[in-house]
Amino acid sequence: MSSLVLGTVSRGRRLRNRAATVSIWMSVLVAAVPLAFVVVYLVKRGGGIVDWDFLTREIPISSRLPGPGMGPAVLGTLLITGAATAMAVPMGVLAAIYLNEYGGRGRLAGAIRFLSEVMAGVPSIVMGLFVYTVWVLRYGQTGVAGALALACLMLPIVIRSAETALQLVPTALREASAALGARTSRTILTVVLPAALSGIVSGALLAVARAAGETAPLLFTIGTVNAANPSLLEGTNTALSTQIFVNARQPFDAAVDRAWGAALTLIVLVFVLTAIARVVARRFTAR
Amino acid sequence: MTTNTASADPTRPGAVTSPGRAGLSDRVFRGLSLGCGLLVLVILALIAWSTVREAWPAFPHEGLRFFTSTRWAPSAEVFGSLPFVYGTVVTAVVALVLAAPVSVGIALFLSDVAPRRLSRAVGSLVDLLAAVPSVVYGLWGVIVLAPWISRIYDTVSDVTSPVPVLSNLLAGPSTGRSLFTGGIILALMVIPIVTSVTTEVFDTVPTMAKEAAYALGATRWEMIRAAVFPHSRAGIVAAVLLGLGRAMGETIAAALVIGSSPQISARLFGSGDSMAAVIANEFGEAGGIHRAALIALGAELFALSIVVNVAARMIVRRRAGER
Repeated sequence: MSSLVLGTVSRGRRLRNRAATVSIWMSVLVAAVPLAFVVVYLVKRGGGIVDWDFLTREIPISSRLPGPGMGPAVLGTLLITGAATAMAVPMGVLAAIYLNEYGGRGRLAGAIRFLSEVMAGVPSIVMGLFVYTVWVLRYGQTGVAGALALACLMLPIVIRSAETALQLVPTALREASAALGARTSRTILTVVLPAALSGIVSGALLAVARAAGETAPLLFTIGTVNAANPSLLEGTNTALSTQIFVNARQPFDAAVDRAWGAALTLIVLVFVLTAIARVVARRFTAR
Repeated sequence: MTTNTASADPTRPGAVTSPGRAGLSDRVFRGLSLGCGLLVLVILALIAWSTVREAWPAFPHEGLRFFTSTRWAPSAEVFGSLPFVYGTVVTAVVALVLAAPVSVGIALFLSDVAPRRLSRAVGSLVDLLAAVPSVVYGLWGVIVLAPWISRIYDTVSDVTSPVPVLSNLLAGPSTGRSLFTGGIILALMVIPIVTSVTTEVFDTVPTMAKEAAYALGATRWEMIRAAVFPHSRAGIVAAVLLGLGRAMGETIAAALVIGSSPQISARLFGSGDSMAAVIANEFGEAGGIHRAALIALGAELFALSIVVNVAARMIVRRRAGER
């Protein structure tokens, strides 16, 4: 297409155009290469250590000791992220319902929308400090404290994606439901929400994936353990992300190996969640 | 967009059809959802209140010196936050200098250069880049990148040592754990957000303007300069500001690769520390006034991030309003 035009274009302009095209392709490469390196190292260093024993056994008491064990961290990550999801998703979806179905373009809805965007930019370590000051100082380090911090982080993400999903539901559906005599609340619960469901689910999954990988909010809220703690409410807990952080700075090879193993486990978990979210989202847009 | 009008309508029919009985269940549901919306406001207010309250003991102790002093020595109970503000700003600026051109490049690739199939693949690539947890970047940074890049740093400082200003900025020796390495890792993490916002902006450039540029005989690059960039300037600034907010608050990766020494030094290849990183590194062992000072740093970081994010959102807002 452009070759037709190029005949009349001066050499300098053509060269500049070529240079721009090359730099644009280069910028894609610049982003792809480090990602490839990270993935290669994860598979190479983590692949050797991750097996069933690694995923289920206890963490060695002394980080010097070789051998497997990230079981408590796997359990902790699943429990804490699960609890955070149970808190953030319903509240986030309800908030999005207010914004899109009730508040609309009103001033209050505008303010909430704006603040939720601002909240999405609050550093995750600040969320950790926040939960530390209002919860941990009173009730101690527990899994649920970590879940609270993650939920704070997820809330604005869920609100935003759920509102986008609700916006895509055609107005005609709401009008048809109202014409049949349904109240607004009933219209929302039985007509609007089901229509927006896959969009909401995929957005929520992305928020879960983000939360599962977070370290900073958990550092001072959950503490650490070497044996699995299935209780969120009692006793300290641990997570894959915090274990990576702690083990990465140990001078012992065994600890660093475990950090790589935990990193591989975590990233597989995050990528699976992201992939499911994409599949759900694609089905949504196909309709 | 037609969807915006959707939001105003649905409240009306419910109120019109059954004013009496519809009231209760509707009002409860509406109240519930409003409550969840207001939660955002409550949490933000609580963050400000609770962190300032817990940080308070540090203020009578340090006074304004907390903001102006360059010395941070927990063992001597001296807490000046300036080295961390410096480290935060320097790493974030390095990150954006590296990330902004790359992000704009990728966004251009997605909007104007790539064949459709490739553009989808590159879109997934950016999503993957965003999906990698920061602690994984940190692990890779401290164990793989830092030892490797220290050799490059040494070469660069040797080469630039005769040049006046550069010799200070790029002086060696380096362990690889440095402000600049922090900047590189942060760049990887802000590329996705800057790219996605920029791509959204580029997608709003009217096709007519692009076609007009082509019709006048412009090459693709000339079209980009004449049609895409002028339309997108404010959007790119907002994207970079959002990236800045993200880079400033990024904790774990910075904590692992930045070198953790509270000093103000022009040496980019030397170690430093950032606000978020020092909280992550020292909070576990901190007690009393030291802990209060770290929470104060958190409050300061919170305030900074609010300022940057509000500025970015205002710019995005104004652009959306113009459209």
